[in-house]
Amino acid sequence: MDKLILGRYIPGDSIVHQLDPRVKLLGSIYFIFLLFFANNWQSYLFLAVFILVAIKLSKISLGFFLRGLKPLLWLIIFTVSLQLLFSRGGEIYFSFGPIAISQFGLINAALIFCRFVFIIFMSTLLTLTTIPLELTDAIEFILSPFKYVKLPVHEIALMISIALRFVPTLMDETTKIMNAQRARGVEFGEGNLFQQMKSIIPLLIPLFVSSFNRAEELATAMEARGYRGGEGRTKYRVLNWEVTDTMAVIVFAFVTVGVILLRG
Amino acid sequence: MSHKIIEVNNLSYKYQSESEVQALNDVSFSIEKGEWIAIIGHNGSGKSTLAKVLNGLIMPNAGTVKVDGALLTEENIWDVRQSIGMVFQNPDNQFVGSTVEEDVAFGLENAGVPREEMLVRVTESIKKVNMADFMTKEPARLSGGQKQRVAIAGVVALQPDVMILDEATSMLDPNGRKEVMNTVKEIKDAANLTVISITHDIDEAANANRIFVMKGGKLVKVGTPEEIFAYGPELIEMGLDVPFAEKLKYALKEKGIAVPASYLTEEGMVDWLWTSLLKK
Repeated sequence: MDKLILGRYIPGDSIVHQLDPRVKLLGSIYFIFLLFFANNWQSYLFLAVFILVAIKLSKISLGFFLRGLKPLLWLIIFTVSLQLLFSRGGEIYFSFGPIAISQFGLINAALIFCRFVFIIFMSTLLTLTTIPLELTDAIEFILSPFKYVKLPVHEIALMISIALRFVPTLMDETTKIMNAQRARGVEFGEGNLFQQMKSIIPLLIPLFVSSFNRAEELATAMEARGYRGGEGRTKYRVLNWEVTDTMAVIVFAFVTVGVILLRG
Repeated sequence: MSHKIIEVNNLSYKYQSESEVQALNDVSFSIEKGEWIAIIGHNGSGKSTLAKVLNGLIMPNAGTVKVDGALLTEENIWDVRQSIGMVFQNPDNQFVGSTVEEDVAFGLENAGVPREEMLVRVTESIKKVNMADFMTKEPARLSGGQKQRVAIAGVVALQPDVMILDEATSMLDPNGRKEVMNTVKEIKDAANLTVISITHDIDEAANANRIFVMKGGKLVKVGTPEEIFAYGPELIEMGLDVPFAEKLKYALKEKGIAVPASYLTEEGMVDWLWTSLLKK
């Protein structure tokens, strides 16, 4: 279960770690927009340099990011090969029935591959360098205008933060239940599709039940500690806008200009 | 010491109104400020229900709870919870924050404590439970005992009058258990805290000022550890354990050796053993 890098946080004290989570969250979303805006190899190269520099600044080894790709590898291969095999245009290098490897197909496939990798790298960078609760703070901040249309912003933020906090705990529990069921003769991932789905049940049901129990206990513990909703609460963590954050915004502005200039 | 911090009169509670089982049945007692109370009893004897009633997490069907002279009602539950801190059994399921310091701050945030004061109180209470090196660590990186110490720090930060430990050490290994209990003892002595410890660990109960024994929702026995453990075989029949020294005493008795009838601590037992050997 260690494969899942997304949603994990790696403590550190790099510039990226210290950035305001609002900058990081909005920046990542903005970056994805930029990515769809870019449309030729020059602009992609430019964005690649940007993201590699960002990763370098975070002082987290590239290996983590590559591992983050793993769970989505099949999806990437599938989409890329669809693009590669079924689009026609430009010079056609190879063709067999409906399948054709063409110049445009190759370019499109390469761009889509880059898009996938960059989006995953960026979101992994976001979660690896941001404490989940900080991320929640950022979401709460961004959503706060919606309070006026009666969106329960605090509740949403709390749910996200609890969900994030329990990800590793539930992962550990999943492994534990899996091993316990294996010890009793359940084979996971074997046999045909039907059998495989059936073998998930002894994993899923206990996990569900224990989540209910966890929720119950957590709610009791929260209530016992005086939690009664968002009103009248003070905050331990505060978001501070610092010089580096302004600088990050300026960098994003430059990247935008760069992409606009480079796109064909 | 004659200040009654908790008074309970004729408390009764049923989980489902149509159910036959009384989770609590006519329970009455009072606890003095600064006392260490251990509540022992079988699974399903109503110990945890009692703890939840004291904290207003569930409202009794009948009877009253007074905390520091004030009657517990729907209106003042939140004030009462400020003065009663609770540590629960499962170290994972009560960890709300994503790091140690945030978890300790959670109760303070709820109470609306200003941030400057919060920072001081969080740091202090984390120091008190010897977790200063772990301030920014996440729960997944802590051991069970460490998580429970963080939970205690969360309670200490709120500066309550009463701390209820609801089987807080039952999921820990012997080392973690010892660590947590020592921490509680230090804090209790420093702040003249009242501690109510619900426990299956008989050695933990032996260190209390008084022991409450519960059975089938009723408070069947109240007394000092000496008095309670003197019931010996009766406790074992109720499915409870007795301390090691008492077990040794029964084993000796069965071998036909005359043993003192009163309760002996481990040191007492050692003393009695070597003196009786010398006498022969």
